[in-house]
Amino acid sequence: MTLTSLWVLAEPSNGSLSTASLELLSAARGLASNVAAITWGDASAAAGLAGEYGASTLYSVGDLGGALPGAPVASAIARLVETHGAPDAILIPTSYDGRDVAGRLSAKLNRTVLTNVTGLADNGGLETEHPIFGGTQSAFAHFTGEAPGIVVVRAKSFAAESAAGAPAAIVEAPTGELGASGAARVVASHVEERTGPQLEDAAVVVSGGRGLGSADKYSMIEELATLLKGAAGASRAIVDAGWVPYSRQVGQTGKTVKPTVYLACAISGATQHMVGMKGSKNIVAVNKDPDAPIFQIADLGIVGDVNTVLPALIEALRQRA
Amino acid sequence: MNVVVCAKQIPDPAAPQSLEASNNLNRSGKLILDEADTYGVEMALQLVDAAGSGEVTVVSMGSAADVAGLRNALAMGAAKAVIVSDDALRGADALTTAKVLAAAIGRLEPDLVLAATESSDGYTGTLPVQLAELLDLPSITFAKKVTVNGATISVERQTEAGYDEVSAPLPAVVTVTAGVVEPRYASFKGIMAAKSKPVEILSVADLGLSDVVAAGTGQEVTRVVAAEARQSGEKYVDDGDGAQKIVAFLESIKVI
Repeated sequence: MTLTSLWVLAEPSNGSLSTASLELLSAARGLASNVAAITWGDASAAAGLAGEYGASTLYSVGDLGGALPGAPVASAIARLVETHGAPDAILIPTSYDGRDVAGRLSAKLNRTVLTNVTGLADNGGLETEHPIFGGTQSAFAHFTGEAPGIVVVRAKSFAAESAAGAPAAIVEAPTGELGASGAARVVASHVEERTGPQLEDAAVVVSGGRGLGSADKYSMIEELATLLKGAAGASRAIVDAGWVPYSRQVGQTGKTVKPTVYLACAISGATQHMVGMKGSKNIVAVNKDPDAPIFQIADLGIVGDVNTVLPALIEALRQRA
Repeated sequence: MNVVVCAKQIPDPAAPQSLEASNNLNRSGKLILDEADTYGVEMALQLVDAAGSGEVTVVSMGSAADVAGLRNALAMGAAKAVIVSDDALRGADALTTAKVLAAAIGRLEPDLVLAATESSDGYTGTLPVQLAELLDLPSITFAKKVTVNGATISVERQTEAGYDEVSAPLPAVVTVTAGVVEPRYASFKGIMAAKSKPVEILSVADLGLSDVVAAGTGQEVTRVVAAEARQSGEKYVDDGDGAQKIVAFLESIKVI
């Protein structure tokens, strides 16, 4: 084993740590004997979970005073590297705040950052795997410069498995003086009404694409998702068109999902989209175009018009309910 | 108010893509303005309009052999473009790119820098924040709404649960998600006007960054292999029984 020390950004989420953070802690402890986590907010609540998943130390940045996490957390990590020495790499989940931390940290430490990582291995140093061209090929990369490498890992790349470890020891990690770079403040938070499971956690995902024809047709996708106790997703095309918010986007630039079944409705299957859903256990596709690339990976393909197939499906599921 | 928009000319995503022997993306074909950047250009034009004065400058890095993509942004209404183009930048990583863009943008002293959340070819997604750090500016990523009030920018920022209202003093770096605004189509007049708008081409030496770029990237792609292909299953033409086939399939995998 050539790796000795890995740090993991453990993102707070609803009083716990995000699932993606726990996935990274699980992966890290399989690669290095010494794993530390870095979190902000309430560290005492996070120490148990971080320890359970394999971290011996939890670096606590503490309360951010309403600042967006990117700048203060990156500053704290850069100071830790100075005072405690660099780990082999710092693993960061792909998320809104995770990417901010990675970008800031990269510039602060003058280290490159490898993103969109879906696999990690110890191959004479840390080796990262990146799906390219819609997941049809995998590129493998490694760092050539000084440690630490900064790695941004896509959700669902690893299983989150408890190691039943003891709570991590909390070590304070002050941010230091931030200046202008830390001046972005969260003024208010809005939680959108949501019923049913999160897109990333749902056993059933029903997604709609441009072939729906118009924004109002997306209500069929939402209704199907509700009937199947799943979550509604979207292709990039209809997010770009403003039909649905970015948080619904499945694909390279959106979320990765691996549900029991993925229902792709009026989605042609651009490589951009496929990389985010091809890990689904089962794929069902409905599309008017018999040559749509999505059929190449679908377990069940229906060549047909969503405007007739989906209402019939909704009706059939309603009758069973 | 003066706004810089980071823009990238990329290979047409609809065309087949390939790697060069160096494992860099093959960019030898026709390049177009990344559609993800058109939202930033539109947003910048609207903000400058609302402010009543100032202009939009597009800043890019890459081959300057063809600048049709940048002309497209100029045709939409941007006043000028700056592109840093240098063979030494071939295969540059996001941090090197950020250093180059920071130097090019710093000279312009903008009130605001806009960028897409990520490019549609490399999709690294860290460049705007690296840029903000290098310029010592606050950054707000994943904006779905942007308003400027005097020297303060207010942003509705996408979150997992909904959105946050975030504010920062200007100058700042903001990344916009797609769909925030409807990018305008260039008018015929705009296209004609764009032909005579300035496109400044800079080298790495012009920015005093020769040593920085020569230092390399700190990362290396070691190999590229074909991923395991997923097999397709059964395909039926809907004969009025498409929905029933889906129901039967969902039953067979015990989802219903």
